[in-house]
Formats: sequence, structure tokens, C-alpha cells
Amino acid sequence: MISIFPSLLNGTVITLKLLISSMFFGLLIGLFFAILRINNNPLINKFAYGYSYFFRGTPLLVQLYLIYYGLANIEFLRNSFLWVVIREPYWCAIIAFSLNTGAYTSEILRSAFQTIKEGYIEAAQSLGVSKKITFYKIQIPIAIKQSLPAYGNEIILMLKGTSLASVITIMDLMGEARKVNVLTFKPFEAFITAGIIYLFLTFIIHNIVKYLEKKYGFQT
Amino acid sequence: MELLSFGDTGWGDELFFATLMTIAVSIAAMAIGFVFALIFTPLKLSKNKTLNVIGNCYTTIIRGVPELLVIYLLFFGGTGAVMYVASIFGYDGYIEINAFITGALAIGIISGAYSTEVFRGAILSIDKGQFEASQVLGIKKSIQFYKVILPQMLRLSIPNLSNVWQITLKDTSLISVTGLVEIMRQSYIAAGSTRDPLFFYSVAAVLYLVLTFLSMKIINKLEARFNKGY
Repeated sequence: MISIFPSLLNGTVITLKLLISSMFFGLLIGLFFAILRINNNPLINKFAYGYSYFFRGTPLLVQLYLIYYGLANIEFLRNSFLWVVIREPYWCAIIAFSLNTGAYTSEILRSAFQTIKEGYIEAAQSLGVSKKITFYKIQIPIAIKQSLPAYGNEIILMLKGTSLASVITIMDLMGEARKVNVLTFKPFEAFITAGIIYLFLTFIIHNIVKYLEKKYGFQT
Repeated sequence: MELLSFGDTGWGDELFFATLMTIAVSIAAMAIGFVFALIFTPLKLSKNKTLNVIGNCYTTIIRGVPELLVIYLLFFGGTGAVMYVASIFGYDGYIEINAFITGALAIGIISGAYSTEVFRGAILSIDKGQFEASQVLGIKKSIQFYKVILPQMLRLSIPNLSNVWQITLKDTSLISVTGLVEIMRQSYIAAGSTRDPLFFYSVAAVLYLVLTFLSMKIINKLEARFNKGY
């Protein structure tokens, strides 16, 4: 039982690395598409909607396979400089996870943008604050604050999502647990230990988000 | 396009039956999830501390660990557990559990945890007066649940259950790792033998999009029908 811990902990580090990098890129992508979603131009709007519809309507596994197996099939990508990135399963996983969480994040931020009270924007306008500064200094911070609870759920969903990286040969926590299972034929020890580690991570994330909510969120 | 034709040369019929398999697994998983939810929702709402803890453990643990973990645990551990039980009764042969049953059970346990939360929320949002009124009328507790609370609970939970259905539908793609031939597994096989992964995984993505789109339409109709009297 104790002997499997070091390998599982190595896997946990990979899982956390995957989680943190995809959440980082996902937040940028999500913010970008949320801004497109609240744009009045129907074409830009539709494009952003299509993006989020595709990534929320298909399983993460399909997206992962499309990027890992599918992109390698395109001739010119294989000859371009991008090949350095997409031949690595690790980067493919990060691309897939970022795009996936980006779609969910864009929806969360969009609804946050749309529920900002008119009064804030009107107040800024009447004080003569320019539109650009209103957007960056008022709308974005408020939207991020409002979406903290939903975003916390998204982080936990993504933590669970990173376990899929194991099917494209990445040795994350799930991959290590599978290896232990294959080597020792003890499925319960391997998977239950991994499950406890996942639960522990979920617990920590949950509490960090709760703390942030208390500190920065709106008191209602 | 000829890759998608029906018959021996194309993958059309294989993918069609794989789609039916995905739908079958999703429905089976959703049904199993309902059974779990109907068992655990009363536990979560119970005033008894122990029952409460059991209910909370179920939803917290299942929603806190990856779906893949539950599937692997049932797939690798399930066979061993069944064989262990069989050996107590004196049967020592190898028993293999059907991939469909393991898959539906695994996804069912997961969707059950989400359905439990949905039902709990729905019951909590039912007006307190409904409970009191039925009590005043002298309706028995069991009949009160079946005739008064359950119908209202179902109506209130339809919007959230539609989310659970979408999650369940997408989670079934994970069963492909155990070898059950549904959309994902079939595209994997087709991609492997034709060396055209981009095409077949795109087809898989489109199939999933069609399924989510169609189920959205059906659920909206259902919702309109259940809300007729309101």
C-alpha cells in the first residue's frame, strides 16, 4: 500500500501541472470569447457561440482525440513549426483542456457580464469615465467577482477532466494508478488511493475558492 | 464520403449502430441513476445524522473523483469482486461481466449523484404549505410522497435533469476505454483501420452534437408539457 505512494505522488504533480496550465490558458480564451459573445456584431457573436456550443456539446475525450490523433493527420501542420508542439501528448492535452474549459469559462463570464447592474456603468458614464476604462476597470473586475462560485465548480470539473490525459499516454495521477493496477493486479488499492488523492485535491480547491469568495466576492 | 457508406465498404452502418449503443447506454445509465437518486435523496434530507452522512458521502465522493476512476474501479475491480463472491459459493471459473452492464452501472452511479442533488434542490423548493396541507388532510406519509411531492418534484427538476442528461450522454464516451463499441470506440476502430483519425473523430463530434441538439429539443417539449398547468 505504502509502496505505491511515490509513483502516485509523481502523477499528482503532473495532474496539477496540467490543471494549472490549462486553467491559465482557458481563462484567457474564455475571457476573449466572452468579450466576443457580448459584442453586438451578429457575425462575431455567432462565431463565439459556435465555439462554445461545439466544445460544450461534445465529450472532452472526442476533443482530446481530435487534437492528439487528428491534427497529426494534417500534412502542412506536420511540416510546420507547430509540429514541435502537437507531437507531444502533454501539449495536446493542454490544448484540448484549455479549449474545453475556455468554452465553459466564456459562458460563465458572459452571464456575469450580462448581469452587471446597469447602474455601475451609468455611474461611470456620468463621472466621465471613458468606455474603455469602464470596461477594463469596472466591468471585467465585477464579472470576475460575480463568476467566482461557478468558476470554482469549473476548476473542479477540469481537475476531473485532466484524468483523461492518461488515455493519451501521459502519466498523470490516473495513468500512474492504471500502471499500479496492471503491475500489481490490485485494482482497489490503486484506484481507491488515487480517488482519495483526487478527493483531497477537490477539497483543497473548494476551500480556496470559498476563501476567495469570502474575501473578494459580493456580500449578498 | 464513401467512408461513411453503409455495407461492407463503409463505416456508416457501424457508426449508426454505435450511435444506438450510445443512446442505449445513456438511457440505461440515466435510469440506474434515478434509482440511486430515489434512494439517496431521502437520506440526504433525513433528520437522522447517520443516514445524512451516508447520503452526503455518496454525492461528495462521486462528484469529487474523476468519472474515469469510477469506470476503471468497476471494470477492473468488479470482475474480481464478483468472482470472489462466486468462489464463496463454490464456483471457481472465470466470470466476465458484460461491458454494457459495467458501463451503464458506472455512469449510472455518477449520474445518480448529480440527480440526487437535483431532486434534493427540487424538494427543498416545494412550498412548505404543500406538506402541511396534505398533513392536515390526514394523508399518510407514503401517499403524501407519491401523490403530492413526487409529481411536483419531477416538474421542478426537469430543467436541471436536462443538464444531468447532457453530462451523462457525454460521459458515456468514457466507457469506450473498456471496449464497449459505442460512438467513441467505433470511431477509434475506424480511425485505426483507415488511418484517417481526423475524419472519424470529426464524425464522432458531429454525432454527439446531433444527439445533444435533439435531446435538447425533446426536453424543451417535455418541459412545456409539464408546465402546462402553471
